[in-house]
Amino acid sequence: MDKEIDVNLAKIDTLIEKKYKNNIEFLVMILQDITRSYNYIPPQVLPHVARKLGVPLSKVFSLATFYKAFSLEPRGKYVVSVCTGTACHVRGARNIMSGLHNVLKIKEGETTDDLMFTLESVRCMGCCASGPVIRVNNDTHGGLDPDRIIPVISQYREGSS
Amino acid sequence: MKKIRSQTELSAYVERIKAHRDPERTMISLCGGSGCGAYGTGRVKASLEQELSAQGLADKVEVKLTGCHGFCEKGPIMVIHPSGVFYPQMTEERVPEIVDKTIQNGEVVHRFLFKDPVSKKKITYEKDIPFYKHQQRLVLGNNGMISPTNIEDYLAVGGYEALARALFDMSPTDVVDEIKASGLRGRGGGGFPTGIKWETCRRQEGEKYVICNADEGDPGAYMDRSLLEGNPHSVLEGMIIGAVAMGSQAGYIYVRNEYPLAVENLEVAIQQAREMGFLGEDILGSGFDFDILISRGGGAFVCGESTALMASLEGKPGRPRAKYIHTVEKGFRDCPSNLNNVETWSNVPMIINKGADWYASIGTEKSKGTKIFSLVGKVANTGLVEVPMGTTLRTIIDDIGGGVPNKRTFKAVQTGGPSGGCIPERLIDLPVDYERLAEAGSIMGSGGMIVMDERTCMVDLARYFMEFLLEESCGQCVPCREGLKRLLQILTGICQGNGREKDLSLLEELSFTLRDFSLCGLGKTAANPVMSTLRYFRDEYEAHVKEKRCPAGVCPGLFRYEIDAGLCTGCQLCALKCPTEAISGQKKEPHMIDQEKCITCGTCYERCKFDAVVIK
Repeated sequence: MDKEIDVNLAKIDTLIEKKYKNNIEFLVMILQDITRSYNYIPPQVLPHVARKLGVPLSKVFSLATFYKAFSLEPRGKYVVSVCTGTACHVRGARNIMSGLHNVLKIKEGETTDDLMFTLESVRCMGCCASGPVIRVNNDTHGGLDPDRIIPVISQYREGSS
Repeated sequence: MKKIRSQTELSAYVERIKAHRDPERTMISLCGGSGCGAYGTGRVKASLEQELSAQGLADKVEVKLTGCHGFCEKGPIMVIHPSGVFYPQMTEERVPEIVDKTIQNGEVVHRFLFKDPVSKKKITYEKDIPFYKHQQRLVLGNNGMISPTNIEDYLAVGGYEALARALFDMSPTDVVDEIKASGLRGRGGGGFPTGIKWETCRRQEGEKYVICNADEGDPGAYMDRSLLEGNPHSVLEGMIIGAVAMGSQAGYIYVRNEYPLAVENLEVAIQQAREMGFLGEDILGSGFDFDILISRGGGAFVCGESTALMASLEGKPGRPRAKYIHTVEKGFRDCPSNLNNVETWSNVPMIINKGADWYASIGTEKSKGTKIFSLVGKVANTGLVEVPMGTTLRTIIDDIGGGVPNKRTFKAVQTGGPSGGCIPERLIDLPVDYERLAEAGSIMGSGGMIVMDERTCMVDLARYFMEFLLEESCGQCVPCREGLKRLLQILTGICQGNGREKDLSLLEELSFTLRDFSLCGLGKTAANPVMSTLRYFRDEYEAHVKEKRCPAGVCPGLFRYEIDAGLCTGCQLCALKCPTEAISGQKKEPHMIDQEKCITCGTCYERCKFDAVVIK
C-alpha cells in the first residue's frame, strides 16, 4: 500500500486559485476537498499545497494532523463510520462495531486490503433518535442491529463489482 | 428571481405568494431530516410521487420534503395537510393504500396510525399526539411546513419581515435594546445574555464579524443540525439582523463537516437570499451591505469553544486561548467578533417580530423563551422537544417522552453533553432552566438530554465521557490533558474491579483541579460527569470499589445473572435462547445458570417474562 498514487496537482492548483482565491484561511476546506477526491491526503500533496500558498510545510502538516477529517493513510472507497455518540452508545453501538469487525475482517481505523472499506468510529452524527447509526460515505443507515450489518455492507460490495 | 429593493416591494411580493397558495389544497409533508432520511424517506417520496401520478393526483396534491419534524423515533414521518392526519414509520408498501383512501377519499387508514405507548390508543391527528401536545414549538414549528430549499415557503410564513423591520423601522440601538429586553440567553451552553454581548460588540470600532457557531459537537444533541437542515433562512435572517444591530459587513457560519445536508441546504439558502436581495450589497435597498460565508469545520470537538472556533476560521488548528480579552473585542482576525449559536440566531427574528415583552413572558425569571432539547436514550418517544424554560424534567420525560420503555424504571438524565452532569430520579420535578440545572450540578449545554434506566452503570457512563473528552482535548494545558488521562485510568480501574477506596477522593481532587485550573471552558467543565455521578450515585461507586460489584449489570466481571427459584415458572424460554447453553432445568421446574458457561450477554434477562432473572 506504499505505492504513491497519481495526483493531479494542476487540478489542486486550480482549486486553490479559483475556488479559494489562494486564501490561507480556507486551508481546512482545501484539504477537505482534496480528501474528497482521493479519500485521503496523498503524501505529495502537503508540500505542494504549502508551496502554493507560500506557508511552511509544518503549518499545513499541523492542520492535517489536528483535525479528525484528515487522514494521511489511504482509505477505502467506502468509509464506514460507526456512531459512538452517547445515544448510540446506550443503544448498543459496541455490538454494531464488533459486528463490522467480523464482516469486514478489519479493526477500527483499518482499511481492507482491496481498498474497498475503511472502518472508523465517529462521535455523534446527529441522528440520535435513530440509533445505533452507521454512515457509509454519505448514506446514513439507522435503527441497526447486528443482523442487519451484512445486507448493508453487501449492497456496497455488489454495487461496485 | 427578482431582487427586492424596498420594504413595500417585499410586502407586495409576499402578498403575491400568499394569493397563489390555496390553504385548502392537499399538501403532504414528508420529513427529510437526517433521522427520517436514515429510515428511508427517499424511497417513500419516490413511491408516493409515482402513486399520485398513477391515480391522476399529481397536479392536485403537493408533496413537500421538509426539515425535521422532531419525532425522529417514529420516522419516516408523513403529515397530510390541511387536516393534519399523521402517519408514522412510513414505508413504500403503505403508500398505495394511503393515497387511495386518505388522499382520494379522506378516509383514515386506522392500522397505520400512531399508537400512543402510554394509553395504547390510536391517534389520528398530529396535534393530538402527546409528544407534540405538551410542546411550544416557536422555533421548530415551521420545520414541518416549509421546504428548506424554497425561500418562498419561508416568506409565506412571515420570513424576512423582521429583517425589514430592523432595517427600516428601527435603529441599530433599538434592535440591541429589544434583544436585551427579551432576556434571550446563549443557547449553545454558556447562557450569556445575547443582548449584552451584542451591545459590547456594537460599541467597538472598525471591522466586525458576526459568526454562527454550528459546530454542534455534543454527542446526543442535534437541534442545530435540524434547524440548519430544515429552516436555514431563519438562521440567516437572525444573523443579518445581528449584523444590522452591530454594524458588521461580514458573517461566517462555522458548520460541522459531518453535517453534509445542513451544508447543502445552507448553500442553497444563501444563494437564494443573495438573489432576492436579503444578502449582499444594498440589502432591500437600505444601503446596508452584508454577506455570509460558510466554513466547514475539520472535526474537532474543541472548536465549539469560541476562541478555538475563531482560530479554526483563520485556517489554524483549533486551540483555545486564554480569554483575558473577550472575542467581542478581539476575536476573528483580531477584530471584534460576535459569536452566537444556531438556535440563538433562530430566536432573533421572532423577537423582532413579536416584541421583547411577548418573548419575556415565556419562561422563568432569569431564563426566557423556549429551549429545544434532544430527548434520546432510554425513552419511549425520542426526538427534538421544544418547551418553555422552566418546564419540569417530569413533563419532558414522562408526558412528552412517554417515559422509560420496556417496564424499566427511570434512573437519571444526563444533560449538557460531555461537560454536563447526571440528574437523579429524585430531582425529576426540577424546572429546567440555566440556574436550576447549575444548582443540580449539571448545565444546560446545547440541550442534549440522555435518559437512562436502571441498566445504565453510572461509573461506566463517567468513564465513557472521560474517554470522549480525552480524545478531544486539544492538549495545550496540563490539567485537562493529564487530568483527563488520570481520571480515565482510575475509572477504568474501578469498572474492571481494581478500584481502591482512596480512588474516590482522588477522583474528587483531580476533578477540582480540572475545574479550577484548565485554560478553557471545556477543560473547566470536563470533570462534571465525574463530579455529578459521585454526588448522586456514590453508592454505585462504592459497590464497585468495596464489593467489586456492578449493580446495573454493565461492567464485565462485576456481576452475574441468577435465576430466582421463587419466580421461575420453568417455561424454558431462557434455556432455549441462551447462546452458550448455560441454563438448565426441567420443564415447569426452576432453572439454574451455570456461571462457568455464562458470558453475561443478558439474553435471558431480556427474554424472561416473569422477572426471574436477577442481577447479583
